[in-house]
Amino acid sequence: MMDSLRDIAGLFLNLDILDRYGYRILQGLGLTLQLVAVSVLFGFVLGMLIAHARLSKSWLLSGLAYCYTTFFRGTPLLCQLFLVYYGIGLFLPAWRATLEDIGLWAYFRDAYIWVVITFTLNTAAYQAEALRGAMQAVPRGQTEAAKALGLHQFRILQTIIWPQALLIALRPLGNELIIMIKASSIASLATLYDLMGQTRFIFARTFDLSVYLYAAILYLLMVETIRRLWGLMETRLMRHTLR
Amino acid sequence: MLIRKTAQRLAIAAFALASLLGPAVAKDWKEIRIGTEGAYPPFNNLNAKGEVEGFEIDYVNMLCGKMKVKCTWVAQDWDGIIPALLSNKYDIIVAGMNATDERKKKVDFTHVYTRVPPAFIAAKSAKTNDITPAALKGKVIGAQASTIHMNFLEKYYKDSTLKGYPTQEEANLDLANGRLDYIVADKVALLDFLNAKGKDCCKFIADVARDPVIHGDGVGMAVRKEDQDLKEMFNKAIDESLKDGSFKAVASKYFTFDIM
Repeated sequence: MMDSLRDIAGLFLNLDILDRYGYRILQGLGLTLQLVAVSVLFGFVLGMLIAHARLSKSWLLSGLAYCYTTFFRGTPLLCQLFLVYYGIGLFLPAWRATLEDIGLWAYFRDAYIWVVITFTLNTAAYQAEALRGAMQAVPRGQTEAAKALGLHQFRILQTIIWPQALLIALRPLGNELIIMIKASSIASLATLYDLMGQTRFIFARTFDLSVYLYAAILYLLMVETIRRLWGLMETRLMRHTLR
Repeated sequence: MLIRKTAQRLAIAAFALASLLGPAVAKDWKEIRIGTEGAYPPFNNLNAKGEVEGFEIDYVNMLCGKMKVKCTWVAQDWDGIIPALLSNKYDIIVAGMNATDERKKKVDFTHVYTRVPPAFIAAKSAKTNDITPAALKGKVIGAQASTIHMNFLEKYYKDSTLKGYPTQEEANLDLANGRLDYIVADKVALLDFLNAKGKDCCKFIADVARDPVIHGDGVGMAVRKEDQDLKEMFNKAIDESLKDGSFKAVASKYFTFDIM
């Protein structure tokens, strides 16, 4: 039974490749998920701060935040990655002695941290704009009413603005997560063996195009899973708006 | 049953497509398109104008002259250099490519025209010239991705951290800034770097003994398996150039030592 299943699968898949390199593909998948999860989470925190800076009454703060989101949303992620990765490389020789003293050299020389930082900076810009829009969509009257009741500024954010804004931002934030999963494939150009990196490695050994097909299917699976989860979450969280 | 039918139809469709795209009959080789990487000096490189230059360009242009054929050059990223040959973007690869068993499954190689050892280089601060896997345990070693050097590292240096780069130049950059402890590549390409940009940061460590399984017989030109006539043409031209001294004449412009 197992044998005939294998035969059928063999019509579509190159089982030899999966036997030899399946483990590498899974490792790559793990790194991709980790990269995206870490940078989207950090990006959310940073994005929240930037969204508030954008809405701040201080022109300096809102101006800086505006420049930030314009730059990171207006330039290619690959360009940003090379700027950060090789740009930092220029400073590494000078920093080396200090970093070795405090035992952080191993992290700073590695590509991982710089890829996470670049991805975080990039996704923070997109998330900030989504969050800013969502917060502006909460009617002003609610803030005024809360002030009239004597609520403190932070209390207003915590109990009135954020809960409503996050619901509005849910969909765009989900889209951003999906975009990051796909965009993260450029991590392989900075020496990381993420899903795309492993795929390129295997392709170089086998010259078998089907590896790229497997990678595409895995990306599709990730994206589709998240899309469905997001759909469920949205239905659940928005149930009070249904009539 | 249904699956088999579908598979058959797909196979027929793929075959029809391939015969449309690929050359159906043996060609009369008057014009030859040559694929190279253009990022592996001194073998092949792109100059400021974006034109190919280097030892391989001069050498093969010389061969083309002798064979009385017109040769045009195409620059192609290393990762896709064999697939692009197979999909008929050019007819032959001349890109410092070692004739390994893995590659021979997909393409045929001409006679060898360069045989240089791979080598290790390192930052100036490296304390020993010992390159045994035990000595390099825990070190960070870089190589160009998809090369025999990366395969060599994967096979023997399992306890080191290995980094694969899109081009050799990016690996060199990361050795210079301290991200890498060592680099493995063809000795000639590495000496080229050490004599120029890498003068201050880096130094030569040691030659690597060739592993025939990984490193192959030497550098050859790759052709599609069906183009046996093209392979024979170049085999003859290479053999002659090695005998009559014309190979040496070109090589001596680029190298101070024997590369064959």
